[in-house]
Amino acid sequence: MSTALIGAPLNAAQLYLDGVCRSFDGFKAINGLSLAVAKGELRAVIGPNGAGKTTMMDIITGKTRPDEGKVLWNGDTDLTKIDEAGVARLGIGRKFQKPTVFETHTVEDNIRLALKAPRGVFPVLFDRRSAEENRRVTEYLDRIRLTHLRAETAANLSHGQKQWLEIGMLLAQEPQLLLVDEPAAGMTDAETMETAELLKSIAGERTVIVVEHDMDFVRALNCRVTVLHQGSVLAEGSLDHVSARDDVIEVYLGR
Amino acid sequence: MLEIKDLTLHYGAAQALKGISLTAEEGQITTVLGRNGVGKTSLMRAIVGRHPPSGGTITWQGESIARLTPPERAKRGIAYVPQGREIFPLLTVRENLEAAYATLPRGARKTPDAVFELFPVLLQMMNRRGGDLSGGQQQQLAIGRAMVMQPRLLVLDEPTEGIQPSIIKDIGRAIEYLRDQFGMAVVLVEQYFDFAKALADRYVVLDRGEAVMAGVKADIDANEAELRRWLTV
Repeated sequence: MSTALIGAPLNAAQLYLDGVCRSFDGFKAINGLSLAVAKGELRAVIGPNGAGKTTMMDIITGKTRPDEGKVLWNGDTDLTKIDEAGVARLGIGRKFQKPTVFETHTVEDNIRLALKAPRGVFPVLFDRRSAEENRRVTEYLDRIRLTHLRAETAANLSHGQKQWLEIGMLLAQEPQLLLVDEPAAGMTDAETMETAELLKSIAGERTVIVVEHDMDFVRALNCRVTVLHQGSVLAEGSLDHVSARDDVIEVYLGR
Repeated sequence: MLEIKDLTLHYGAAQALKGISLTAEEGQITTVLGRNGVGKTSLMRAIVGRHPPSGGTITWQGESIARLTPPERAKRGIAYVPQGREIFPLLTVRENLEAAYATLPRGARKTPDAVFELFPVLLQMMNRRGGDLSGGQQQQLAIGRAMVMQPRLLVLDEPTEGIQPSIIKDIGRAIEYLRDQFGMAVVLVEQYFDFAKALADRYVVLDRGEAVMAGVKADIDANEAELRRWLTV
């Protein structure tokens, strides 16, 4: 087993969900969920409908409060006590399934708007483009392979390119953890594979958690996979390991 | 007969269906299988008119319906039981059933006895609000409401999702009854494999917006290994 597939010891985990529960009208969307993700890890989270994948992301980002349990960030900060903006400021970025770029701005300006920088009234009023800012914009454009389209209006990008741009905007905020929700949905095969490469290149320096249904994509990520079912972890390991397990097969067949 | 050819569908720039062809005949249950997010619901939405396709054709009983509105399709005998049921929570069971009268000529506006024979619980609940029913009862109401339209094509999207086993059996029986007694064409989206397998006269498997496998009841067992491969991880 490669080192990429070894899970985090709990004390070294960057993100550690400990016994998290959350009910909606008596339905336990998250039911005793415990999960540890190491710094720099790439992790795929899969599971059938209603497994709790979205609720899990909502809890990590402070959008939803759990009824029970803790979400520890770098071992000491409990994210459940912090609001959404606070969680984002700690360095946790989230990309929703639908691309949400500024369609009427250029690709370059989209990245520029997302750069991590002072955003108070005075810094914004007296903002000037610095060489450093330009360098960072160029760096992120290279990273998402959209340099050749930097002057293009975002509305004219393909679906896959929009998703990459938004990943680039997320990177521009310099998060420590990226939560990415179904990036491959609606992409062509080639775009799907490029997206896998992009996320693999981001992992290492940053932690990446990807929720996905597309199994070709998950296979291409070649990372540790967590299978959620009824709000808790059913199985964890390499894709080959979890896909060979009878209990995983059963839940995918709806039994 | 429902005939779909080379159907494509987009949400903005994202392509959900990449050229799907499918036929569903009257008196048969056609099941559509596949994992989450492969395009099953998008296909159903295209059939009933909830989302416009970007290309391809949808023909029902010889007529092209791809540009018709949902009400126009309903008048041509196409009924939809969507995922999540979409009953009216603040209307009573009776009012929910009567909502389907809109597609019928004045003289034909009644709820068929078969609705209450298949789902006797609805008769006991006639004056209760839809929202007060259990999930299983709501699913029965949604199917009953579709039956009021006396459709020739019934489109069901995951009718067993989140439903208790005893009611799943009732729903399975009802679907068979509609096929056998009324000769309806039934298009059934399912993720509960055993349920789908028991009902399917023919099947098609979707993956990433394409039909990757299709066949008839007789060859399901022989192809079960491949089918399971498309449905599991």
